[in-house]
Amino acid sequence: MSLKFSTALIALMLATPALADDWQTTLDAARGQTVYWNAWGGDDRTNAFIAWVGQETERLYGVKVEQVKLTDTAEAVTRVVSEKAAGLDDGGSVDLIWINGPNFLAMKDQGLLHGPFVADLPNARYLDLSPTSPNAVDFTVPVDGMESPWRLAKFVFIYDSARVDAPPTSMAGFVDWAAANPGRFTHPDPSNFMGATFLKQALIELVPDPTTLQSPVTDEAFAAATTPLWAWYDALRLNLWRGGESFPDNQSVQQQLMNDGEIDMAMSFDPASTAGAIAQGLLPDTARVFVPEGGSIGNVSFVAIPYNAANAEGAEVVANFLLDPATQAHMQNIEVLGSFSVLDPAKLDDAAKAAFAALPNAPALPALADLGPTLLEPHASWMTRLTEEWARRYTK
Amino acid sequence: MTLEIIDLSVSFRDHLPLFPPLTLTIPQGEVGTIMGPSGIGKSTLLDAVGGHLAHGFAASGQVRLNGRSLDGIPAEARRIGLMFQDAVLFPHLSVGDNLAFGLGRHVRGRPARAAAVAQALDQAGLPGMERRDPATLSGGQRARIALMRTLLAEPLALLLDEPFSKLDAALRAEMRDFTYRHIRERGIPALMVTHDPQDAAAALGPMIQLRGTD
Amino acid sequence: MRSVVLTVVVLGLLTPIAAGLWQTGRAAFGILPAIGAIDASLSPWGGLLALPGLSTAIRLSLFTGLAATGLSLVLAVGFCAAVHGRMSRQVGARMLTPFLAAPHAAIAIGLAFVLAPSGWIARMLAMPLGWDRPPDLSSVNDPWGIALVVGLMVKEVPFLLLVILAALTQIPVRAQMAAGRALGYGRGLVWVKIVMPQVWPLIRLPVLVVLAYSLSVVDMALILGPSNPPTLAVLLTRLYSDPDIGLILPASAGAILQLVLVVQAFGLLWLAERLVARLGLVWLRRGGRGTSTEPLLHLATGATLALLAVGALAMLSLAVWSLAWRWTWPAPLPESWSLKAWATPSSGWARALANTAALAITSTALCLVLAIAWLEGEDRAHMPRARWAKGLIYLPLLIPQISFLFGMNVLVLRSGLQLGFWTVVWAQSLFVFPYVMIALSDPWRARDTRLDRTAAALGAGPWRRLIRVKLPVLLAPVCTAAAIGVAVSVAQYLPTLFLGAGRIVTLTTEAVTLSSSSDRRVVGVYGSLQAALPFLAYALAFFIPAALHRNRRDLRGEAFT
Repeated sequence: MSLKFSTALIALMLATPALADDWQTTLDAARGQTVYWNAWGGDDRTNAFIAWVGQETERLYGVKVEQVKLTDTAEAVTRVVSEKAAGLDDGGSVDLIWINGPNFLAMKDQGLLHGPFVADLPNARYLDLSPTSPNAVDFTVPVDGMESPWRLAKFVFIYDSARVDAPPTSMAGFVDWAAANPGRFTHPDPSNFMGATFLKQALIELVPDPTTLQSPVTDEAFAAATTPLWAWYDALRLNLWRGGESFPDNQSVQQQLMNDGEIDMAMSFDPASTAGAIAQGLLPDTARVFVPEGGSIGNVSFVAIPYNAANAEGAEVVANFLLDPATQAHMQNIEVLGSFSVLDPAKLDDAAKAAFAALPNAPALPALADLGPTLLEPHASWMTRLTEEWARRYTK
Repeated sequence: MTLEIIDLSVSFRDHLPLFPPLTLTIPQGEVGTIMGPSGIGKSTLLDAVGGHLAHGFAASGQVRLNGRSLDGIPAEARRIGLMFQDAVLFPHLSVGDNLAFGLGRHVRGRPARAAAVAQALDQAGLPGMERRDPATLSGGQRARIALMRTLLAEPLALLLDEPFSKLDAALRAEMRDFTYRHIRERGIPALMVTHDPQDAAAALGPMIQLRGTD
Repeated sequence: MRSVVLTVVVLGLLTPIAAGLWQTGRAAFGILPAIGAIDASLSPWGGLLALPGLSTAIRLSLFTGLAATGLSLVLAVGFCAAVHGRMSRQVGARMLTPFLAAPHAAIAIGLAFVLAPSGWIARMLAMPLGWDRPPDLSSVNDPWGIALVVGLMVKEVPFLLLVILAALTQIPVRAQMAAGRALGYGRGLVWVKIVMPQVWPLIRLPVLVVLAYSLSVVDMALILGPSNPPTLAVLLTRLYSDPDIGLILPASAGAILQLVLVVQAFGLLWLAERLVARLGLVWLRRGGRGTSTEPLLHLATGATLALLAVGALAMLSLAVWSLAWRWTWPAPLPESWSLKAWATPSSGWARALANTAALAITSTALCLVLAIAWLEGEDRAHMPRARWAKGLIYLPLLIPQISFLFGMNVLVLRSGLQLGFWTVVWAQSLFVFPYVMIALSDPWRARDTRLDRTAAALGAGPWRRLIRVKLPVLLAPVCTAAAIGVAVSVAQYLPTLFLGAGRIVTLTTEAVTLSSSSDRRVVGVYGSLQAALPFLAYALAFFIPAALHRNRRDLRGEAFT
């Protein structure tokens, strides 16, 4: 057998599209692996859900999951970067990352990701992967099968109905509300994802031409698009908690401030989290969810596998398990996590549909209809510019 | 058995020697005495003989035990017992274990070793005190235990560093007799430093008065 | 034996620091081939200087570090002057143990709740004062870093008190106090004019350790310090973990800047020492008996006790939160209680506890063996401790962690070692060894060496003397040194983070991560465990020798010395 032929054969094997046999190969290789899932660890319910995922995958596929709890997803990216820098091209310490937005863009650009793998997952058949679906575009960056969706996120505000009679109905309305209630509103530090989202939500409402946000940012576009935003923010900032001098680190700290009575509103990327937090004793019973009338930003949380992951097969098995309709229904249960499913309801079979329909309800759980339209995330480069500019303006 | 000290002198770093070279021969069963004012280096002299010199001290001259030079032999191999004015019993061990620590390895088997310890306690007049905490003994009792512990190691010579100075007058005479008697019975040479003339007089052995070098 | 120990210490402890500094230094000047930076340049410094809020961050670091060290020293000296002679060293040490044992992060988490505008103190005041809403004050994460200063002081005043109490045993204070008072000087003045000048040389190194630590602390500053901008060390930790890997270069420049700040602060202290010595002599020669210093002593005593009370409240709040279920403003105590936070192993505390204990036991055991080998080596070589050796032991405590840990991380990765349990043990040992060594050195040298000579005269060789005589007699200080080692190991945050690739989850890394989450009850569990583990070690260090030596009167009452 000539060398040329065997090379061709290998190339052919590599090019073969995913088949059931291949998935069996993945399952075989994955058995006995321990997947180090690097995920933000600030939410105990998510941590508990990840632990449950690990129990299930170990039971079903012999794949253990160890959550590496991060304070910031960027830590995992740095870890992969430093491993690449050290020439550690396989046997890397990160197997799976809960990721999206700028962190995904950074890893994709630097070739730090394994894949494309999403189409190979058997449960990908329940996903809408058409090019404009939120599952296929992450912050306007094409996913290209390099990360697999697992939970739906939609930006919402939380308010304490015992203290707040009428929450603002638009982002512009926050200025008036804060003026009437000085020191009772704040947002997470924009270096944090949630704080940046708050600014983006305002930017989308206040920008003269929303379409500019869908292309990469330029100096010119940035100046034009953000002028009204900074005017709005300067007016708002005067009446923020602590005079706008300091900010909670993230939405969890902000939620705690609300429970402590220091502020009257909080934010979340998870419409069901409020009902969950009430049940957990972490928010007053009177906490409720609202969104501005124009709608709010929505996006999908993904998992990605680094190019040098030591347990890539196990990571694929976990990513596939996350897309199982039963897993997604369990996840959407407010007593578990309460995150909305990423699956396309039209692609589910009857049993799966029934499982979703049977999920419990709660007073603080908004109906999907109350959440208004979903606004598209701006191109990821906008967020970076926005947070840098915010830091430049307001960090002394 | 004889302890010979030949032209022995000790100096600290590059200072002058602490005392002029000293020569002394102690035959078996006798107690040689060294007298002198405090601070002259009497204890250091004993350290030189026993092999315990601290860092920075250097000895010149020779020490011979039964005709064998002790140069370069570590303290634990010299088989020279050492007694302080405080009994220096090991505080973490019981009275019996202190004695067992001294007892030579050649006594084998638990019953034989226990018997040897019990016999030593009898000789010290403290029968049945194996399990006592040494801290609860009186000064005289501690001194006797310390001597018995030293003798159980079957030393070839004995060094006594002001051994009786902490005891009151009545006890001192009794302890002196007890110690000298055992030294005679064992037939080993002993070297004692003291500034009590009565200790020296009772010792009956050779005596040297130390003076400084200046 | 001595050369083996020295080789281990130099290779194991000194080389990683030196090499880590070297790597960080190279990155600070643009060389980090790992990310494709190969040309030396000053651009990392440009990038650093262009960071928003850098000058505020530097000012914050300097202010919090100097203020915490200075105030801690003043309070500790004042408190010692006031209570010396009325409180035995043993009682004092026992009272201070919980504060020494509790890791910085645990204290910080507790304090953040106690001091917050909606915190425990405010909740206790809310009912009587009729507060409907918490005051809009920034009493934690305040822009000046005052909460951070208070947090550091809660840990450092007890540490300095212990150090001063130990130093005082080497000085005939009682006689000098009597002599001074007989000459007409008040207690406070004798203390300042006579006792302190003798104490200072004995505590100078520990004060430098406190200063270096305060200037570069990360975990406590994350929890109690301001965030916009934070202190320099926190800013650098953020830069190192930014997804934009290019920021590693300015971060490294900042790490070198952090080292420069610490060195400058040392210089400042040296100048201050000279100045005080000169002016102090002038003052002393004038012979002024002055007015009574009693009010000042009372002030120092009061402030110290208040500080300790707040610290105790912080630790208590961790335990209360861990048992709470619903606890909203303005309830002074939880509205409902629950064991759920403890009962859910899914929150992972069992694994974190196991990891923490395994790391603490391993690194402490290693360091203890090394320290004993070092001290025994000195005995066998008949050598006293050289000055450079003392400097060597203190070195890891005097260099800011952030200045060399990144470089060490790069080196370890490049040498092909897997980051994990053993690299964390190694990194922690850099800081455990000095404390174990310091804790063991004095009792080792103060022991009755006639016991060794007696044992030798009875025919016991060096090993038998070590195992049968020295170690049993030194059991209490060995146990205390082990407890200190455990406490230091448990408290390590940055070394565990940098050299564990985040996979080695400990109570401290979890507590710091969770401190920015919404569930104080879970944080309370981690914080309580974090404080309890070292405390348990101290308790064992007290009870093991007491039990083993219960029938040995001469060895009792030596624990905690």
